This record gives sequence, C-alpha cells and structure tokens, in this order.
Amino acid sequence: MSTQVESPAAGTSRPSWLSGPAGRTIGLVVALVLVAVVGVITGGERFASLDNVMTILRLASVTGVLAIGMTFVITAGGIDLSVGSLTGLASVWASTLATQTMAEDVHWTVMVLTALVVGTAAGVVNGLIIAYGKVVSFIATLAMMIAARGLAEMISGRQTQVVSVDGFLDFFRADVIGVPVLVWIFAVVAVAGWFLFNRTTFGRRTVAVGGNLEASRLAGIKVQRHLLYIYALSGLTAGIAGVMMLGRTTAGTSTNGLYYELEVIAAVVVGGTLLIGGRGTIVGTVIGVLIFAMLTNVFTINNLSISAQNVAKGAIIVVAVLLQQRFARRSAST
Amino acid sequence: MVDVDRDDAAPPEGSDAPAPLLRMEGIVKHFPGAKALDGVDLDVLPGEVHCLLGQNGAGKSTLIKVLAGAHQPTAGRIVLDGEEVVIPHPVAALQRGVATIYQELDVVDGLTVAENVFLGHELDRGGFTQRREVAARTRELLARLGHPEIAPHREVGQLSAAGKQVVSMARALSHDARVIVMDEPSAVLDAGEVRNLFRVVRALTEEGVAVVYISHRLEEIREIGDRITVLKNGRTVGRDLPAATTPTAELIRLMTGRNVEYAFPERPGVPDDAPVVLDVEGLGLGGTFDDVSFQVRAGEIVGLAGLVGAGRSEILETLYGARRRTAGSVAVNGRTLRAGSVDAAVAAGIGLCPEERKSQGLVLDEPVYRNVTLSTFARFARGGWLDERAERAAAREQVAALDLRPTDVDRAARTLSGGNQQKALLGRWLVHGCDVLLLDEPTRGVDVGARSELYSLVRRLADAGTAVVVVSSEIPEVLGLADHVLVVSEGRVVHRAPAQDIDEHGVLDLVMEGTTA
Repeated sequence: MSTQVESPAAGTSRPSWLSGPAGRTIGLVVALVLVAVVGVITGGERFASLDNVMTILRLASVTGVLAIGMTFVITAGGIDLSVGSLTGLASVWASTLATQTMAEDVHWTVMVLTALVVGTAAGVVNGLIIAYGKVVSFIATLAMMIAARGLAEMISGRQTQVVSVDGFLDFFRADVIGVPVLVWIFAVVAVAGWFLFNRTTFGRRTVAVGGNLEASRLAGIKVQRHLLYIYALSGLTAGIAGVMMLGRTTAGTSTNGLYYELEVIAAVVVGGTLLIGGRGTIVGTVIGVLIFAMLTNVFTINNLSISAQNVAKGAIIVVAVLLQQRFARRSAST
Repeated sequence: MVDVDRDDAAPPEGSDAPAPLLRMEGIVKHFPGAKALDGVDLDVLPGEVHCLLGQNGAGKSTLIKVLAGAHQPTAGRIVLDGEEVVIPHPVAALQRGVATIYQELDVVDGLTVAENVFLGHELDRGGFTQRREVAARTRELLARLGHPEIAPHREVGQLSAAGKQVVSMARALSHDARVIVMDEPSAVLDAGEVRNLFRVVRALTEEGVAVVYISHRLEEIREIGDRITVLKNGRTVGRDLPAATTPTAELIRLMTGRNVEYAFPERPGVPDDAPVVLDVEGLGLGGTFDDVSFQVRAGEIVGLAGLVGAGRSEILETLYGARRRTAGSVAVNGRTLRAGSVDAAVAAGIGLCPEERKSQGLVLDEPVYRNVTLSTFARFARGGWLDERAERAAAREQVAALDLRPTDVDRAARTLSGGNQQKALLGRWLVHGCDVLLLDEPTRGVDVGARSELYSLVRRLADAGTAVVVVSSEIPEVLGLADHVLVVSEGRVVHRAPAQDIDEHGVLDLVMEGTTA
C-alpha cells in the first residue's frame, strides 16, 4: 500500500518506480523480513511462534501509538521530545490513590479519561509555546520533557502505584480474537492516523505547513492554530500510551516511558518521514516501529545484553538516515 | 528604444581581431532522458563583456556549469588561450583562470570578507593563517574592484547582497581569473547597485578579463555588453551579435523562435461607475512606510513603481496582513480588514502572488494540483474529508485556462519553469475567486517569451472585474501594464498619475529626487 495518495512518482523523469513512495515502503518491508529471517535462523521456534508474534506486537504497541502522533509532528516540521515524559506523567496521574478511588466509585474509564486529558493538556501547552510563543519545538518540548518527568515524580513521590481497579485491568489485559487489547488499540490508532494523514484536510495542512510554512501562511492557512492542534494530538497519543503502560505493567511509576521519545523518533525517521518536514508516511512509521520491536525481540531471544542492543539500534538509525538523505538529495536535484 | 542604424559601436572584428580567450565548440551535454545541450558554440574575446541570452531551459545554466567544471560535456571542445583543455572539477576551472559567480552567492556569512576571499586557498604558514597578509591582499583586490570601502575584517553576513557580490568577485580575482562568468548578477541589486556593478565590470574588462554576462534584462545587456550569443533548446542560434544595435525584436525572435512583440495588452479603460473594491487609507508600517492611501476599482490595474527597498513589497504585504500595520486601514468592498491577519484578508477576497515564489509561494515538493488548491482544498472537502478528484479537476481547469505547461498536475511544483510556477499561483487565486489580486514582481525569473503571456493573463483578470495591484522593479512593466501608477520612494507615495501620463524618465526623476510630488 502506498502512503502517498495515488500520485505516481511525482515529478521524476526516471521511470523507476522503486524510487517512488511505493518503492520505499517495499524497501522497509524487505528490511522487516530480513530481521524476521535472522530471528528464525537464530531463534528457531522460540521466535517463529504465534505467542512470540504477539509478544512483538505488544512490545510495539505503546511506542507505536506515540509514533503515529510523532509522524504528524515531524511532518509538520517540528519535533516532540516530551512524549516519553508525558506517557509517564499520564500513567502516574491516572493511577493515583485519588483517581483509583474515584474510578472504583464511578467507572474504571475515569482513569482512562484522566490520562487522556493530562496528555492532551500538556500537548496544548507545548503547542501554545511553539505556535504562539514562537519557541523552537526542540527547546519547548525539551523543557516539557524535563518538567513533566519532575511533575510525575512529585505526584507519585517516586513510589510505584499499583493498579487495583479490576474493571481497568480486565479490559486492558484481555485478548480479543486471540489478539491483546493493547495491540488492537495500536491498530485502531494507526488506521485512524492513516486516514487523518492521507484523506483529510488536517493531514493536507500538516504536509503543507511542514513543506513550506511561509507559503502556507500566505495562502491563508491558519498555521499557528494548526501547529497547536498537532502538538495537542501528540499529547493525546502520549495520554493513550500512558493508559497502555498502566495496562501492560499494572503500575504507574514516574519512570514509565523513559527514553521512549528517542525510540519513537528513530522509528518515525527509519520509516521514511523526513526530519525537515514536508513528507511523512504512516505506513512507514508502523513498519519502522515493528522493525525496532522485532529487533529487540530477536536480541532478547539470543540473550544479547541491553547495551549491545543499543549499539546495534544506533547503527541502524545511522544507516537509515544516510539512505534517506541520499533520497532527499536526489529529489532535490530534479 | 533601440537605435538600429548605429553600427559604429560594433566590437573589434576582421582580420586583426584578437584571438579568442575562450572558445567552446559543439558542446553537447546529455542527462539521463534529456539533452540539455545539443551543440553550443561560444567564443569570448579578452576584455569583452559577452552576453549569453536565452529563455529558461535554453541551456545557459548547463553551459556555465560545463565551463565551471561542475558538469562534464558529452561531446565538444573547450579551448582556453589556444590550448584545448579538460575541466574535470570546479577547482580545475579556477586553476585555469575561469571563475563563476552564481546567482545564489556562495559566500559564508559567518566568516570575514578576507576569509571569504581566500576560502579554499587560504594563505598559511605551517597551518597558521597569515591574517595580515590576507587582509592586505584582500584590500588590494577590493580596491581594484572599486570598493575600497569594504573592510577585510567585516563579517560578510553584515554586507548587502551587492557587497557579497563584490566579495565573490574579489575571490574570483584572487584566483587570477581571466574569464569571469556572472549568472544574473543584477537580479538581487537595486538600480544604484547595478551602476556599481557595471563600474566593476568595466574595471575588470579594462584589465583584459573577459566577462560572460547572463541576464534577462535587455536594457542592461545593451548598456554593458559588447557581443551577444543566443541559445535556444541547447543550441547556439545567434552569435556575434552586437549588443548595442541588434534590434529587440530580432533577439526575441531568436530566443523564442517566434515573432513575439514584447507587448502589453490594451487598456480598455475603467468605467467611471466601476465600484471601489480596495480602499487603502493612511496605511503605515512603523519605520518602513507612512501614510499610503489609494483606491483600486473593479477592473483596474494599479502599479507601484520605485526602486528595490522603497517599500513597495512591504506595502503589499501589510495590506495583505502578512505584516501588522501600525497605522491606517484597509477595506475590501467597504469592509475593514483585521490588522495582521492573512486569513482575514484571504477570506475577504484578497490574493497575493508573492515576490519569492519558491520560498513564499509554493510547496515545491508537492504536486502542482495541491499547490493550486493550497488556499481552497478545504472547500473541496466534506466534513474534513478531502475530495482529491474534485481538486485535480479544478487544478486541470486552471492548467488549461492558463496554458500551464506541462499539463500533468501530479508533477512536483519544483519541476516547473518560473513562468509556469507563476501561473500555478495565479491559478490558486482563480480557484479561490478573488476580488483583489496583489502581484509582487510577477515576472521575476520569467523568461521574455512567457512575459507577454502573463501580462495578457493579468489584463484578462482585470477585465473580468478583479482589482489588481502590481509591484515591479522593472519600471516599463509597471507603466505598460497598469492603468494608474503610484511612484514610491523611501516609504512614501511621491506621485500618482494615469500610466499614459508618465514615462520611465519621469518615474526615475521622481525616485531620485525623492520627495517632490
């Protein structure tokens, strides 16, 4: 499936469809298959089992949801370093004694709502500072990353807040048709993200603003308001991720989501979204997330240390970005 | 404006003509899928200004890149000083005394003038830069160029575009260049700076340096050039033409292959009862311009004439809301616009085709149709859901109406020529439907053949009832296109008159004198 809407390799005289969007997606799928082959060779049945596939997908689901929001942010020409911290903050806020008590009294969805509101509100703050305060997104979200982590520590007192609301745990730890609810959530967010990105005016504005902010402004697009929405959306995905963390680990701690922003940005960039903005792909992002989750899984099955995993992931990011730059140079010279 | 009968200004010719300093013969350059050059001949004499003329896409850029060593020719010979040479890379070109000054000036803003002049061939002793010697030699080079006022230790980022150009030329001289190629050097300069540029060019040629001069502006070529070579579709179609005396019609015919009059459409005249559409009253932007008032009626074209830096673009951008006005008001059809809000202006029916098409107008990597519908795609959407089929259809309609080429709306906007990019922007506002259209330098970077076409398009829009405001640094363009002309100087409107009642000299006099109205 191509993520660029029906446009056949726009503007290039060379007939090679491989350099078009479809070709890039195929390249990513090939990379994913390669990782899977390595997994089968080194891990055998421990890798190639339905259980393990679900493990990989569950592993991918939280960062996957964040990566969908990040794809919008990066395509619009920004960056959001705060999503990891916001995931932690949302999970802590949604699992305080007060929230859990209220959830017991009213309904378990109170916890979900709390996380979503906290994430979105923090995203709105990011957006206001960036769009109207004209602070560079890197700095604004770096500040939010530090502050939100601190706030999460203050709220939790650095204690682990175990979730004891049965309705919540039952829902998020269940399987539906043999697939974990967390994976379903990722799937729903990804599909919704794809439609939002490729089929709506919101997606069009995102690409236009990232491709040329000044031209978009002079064409009458409400650029500032759109940037605000984008960071609010990213905050919302952090809220969703916070809930998912609670479901997966059954506990809210201030270290939830630590360093996720880096993994998420890496997955988005490896997936083919341009860091300078103006071009993004939801399908690529999903595959990028899956590649990283599968790699982690293969390394873990082979008892590779976390440190060695990180070295390998770092190398992969560099290679992917090098390939991407080659593409960018080629398309700029036409 | 051309004196055809004069032939005493022809360059030295005949049996005792000097041997050419540079000769390019039968240069062919193929790119995958495209023939950029298909047999170009060029010979340049020492001490002459040789003008290279041709439409966009005629092969001028490719030719100078071949000469600069950035491209390798597929076939053909380059002879320098009677010796056949191969120029495998840009450094080799410099070593052979061929320097190129590109339109996008390749200076480093964060370095000093002297550091820029000796960039790439720094004078050093054991790795230590010789600051004093570098400064002295830079000062000497700048003096040769007639600009001793530029200090070698100034940071280049603080210089104007004209100053940066001088630094680029000093760098060329530091390589002992004998051939200097200038790619549209006047495009970034105002009239006074162009005078300076010409002085520098004359200083160079007096020393025997040959200058290859590329420009779209015929008036300049007539003034500074000795001979002209015309390119079309990658071939030399005119050579050894005297710059001062070759008739304009002849040059245009060579460039376009057609007999095109560099003509402006007729003015049908605005009826007295035409309603006032745009009403600008006492508009001001702190420190830039003051007290600008004018009205544009339906079907009228108002031109703002003046030099670069006079505040013309700023006036357009302020009334469009892209800058927040500090005084006055702007009203469209009687309704006053909110200050500093582009989307309010667009909603009220104003459209702007900005000065810098690439950085302010287009999303270059997006397809043409999305650029055409950039202001209107939400209109084709239902509940936020895009209807790309309707968008494409609307874009195709404009492509056909404006004769935009190529007609494929899925091509990236980047691949269009300047004139067609301008058409895409016009198309954007045609889809939107504008009562007021603001055109800032509508023909900058647009080749001569496409200009007349744009002029008649603009006139047709006006005839359909649009109020048009045109800004251009080419005074004949404003005078030829507009019904009514405002002369702007130093942020003030110093004169207003029907376009027939004023000529280029009149405008220039007003601009030079400044305040006399």
